[in-house]
Amino acid sequence: MFALGLIGLLVRRNILFILMSTEVMLNAAGLAFIVAGARWGAADGQVMFFFILGLAAAEVSVGLALVLRMHHQYRSLDADLLSRMRG
Amino acid sequence: MSSFYLTGAVAVAATLLMILSLNAVHALLYLIVSFLAVAVIFYILGAPFVAALEVIVYAGAIMVLFIFVVMMLNLGRRAAAQERAWLRPAMWIGPSILAAILLGEVVYLLTRADVPAPAAQSVGPKEVGLVLFGPYLIGVELTSVLLMGALVAAYHLGWHRPKLEKANVDDSRARGASPGGDFVRAGADRSPGTP
Repeated sequence: MFALGLIGLLVRRNILFILMSTEVMLNAAGLAFIVAGARWGAADGQVMFFFILGLAAAEVSVGLALVLRMHHQYRSLDADLLSRMRG
Repeated sequence: MSSFYLTGAVAVAATLLMILSLNAVHALLYLIVSFLAVAVIFYILGAPFVAALEVIVYAGAIMVLFIFVVMMLNLGRRAAAQERAWLRPAMWIGPSILAAILLGEVVYLLTRADVPAPAAQSVGPKEVGLVLFGPYLIGVELTSVLLMGALVAAYHLGWHRPKLEKANVDDSRARGASPGGDFVRAGADRSPGTP
């Protein structure tokens, strides 16, 4: 799952797909925590998944605000366009 | 145990189709199916609380946010043609098949409650809550601070508008047109000094 998310991150140039692939990668990390927690019967894995959930929610809100901003400015969602940015 | 592998196959297939689909809404549908499959895996592994959280937060809140953004970006003349294209069966047949597999699996798991769980023991919500607000209290507080920071950052990024847009608004206002109505222009009549 994590490898699939990473492939999606590398292959696609649409910034919306990049964000979705990041979600898949975070979800895969949470899945690994849950599997480890189930293997040893501990609740810590679920607590870690809870934190990953909060992290993903924060990340996706900021990322989508940036996507909206980029669309307003460039009228496109191509991530390569952003290389023209000058700070 | 076979239900575990079937769900894993559904999750991987949905994620692969998400990467390979060209339309953003198709990809979002496959992503929702993938999250639902992961939630079923959590249920099988003996974590029902996290399975419910996965459905509510990932497949619910985050996907609604994505769909909302796609909806806002897709406004235009192509919307009607796209709407017509969305009703073709080629669009929804793939996610429907995968979701039907998941639904059948959940019904099978719920009706046969006596089937032994593959996990060593099921960890219920009570233990999770006790650990969450016991040794991990600092982490909970840090998560809340992070969410607060994300809220402020998203608000700031959505508020600040580019110079080009601002020039358009000023131009239209100079010609006597009202700047309201558009989502982008909302609040453009405030003074630029205030954040």
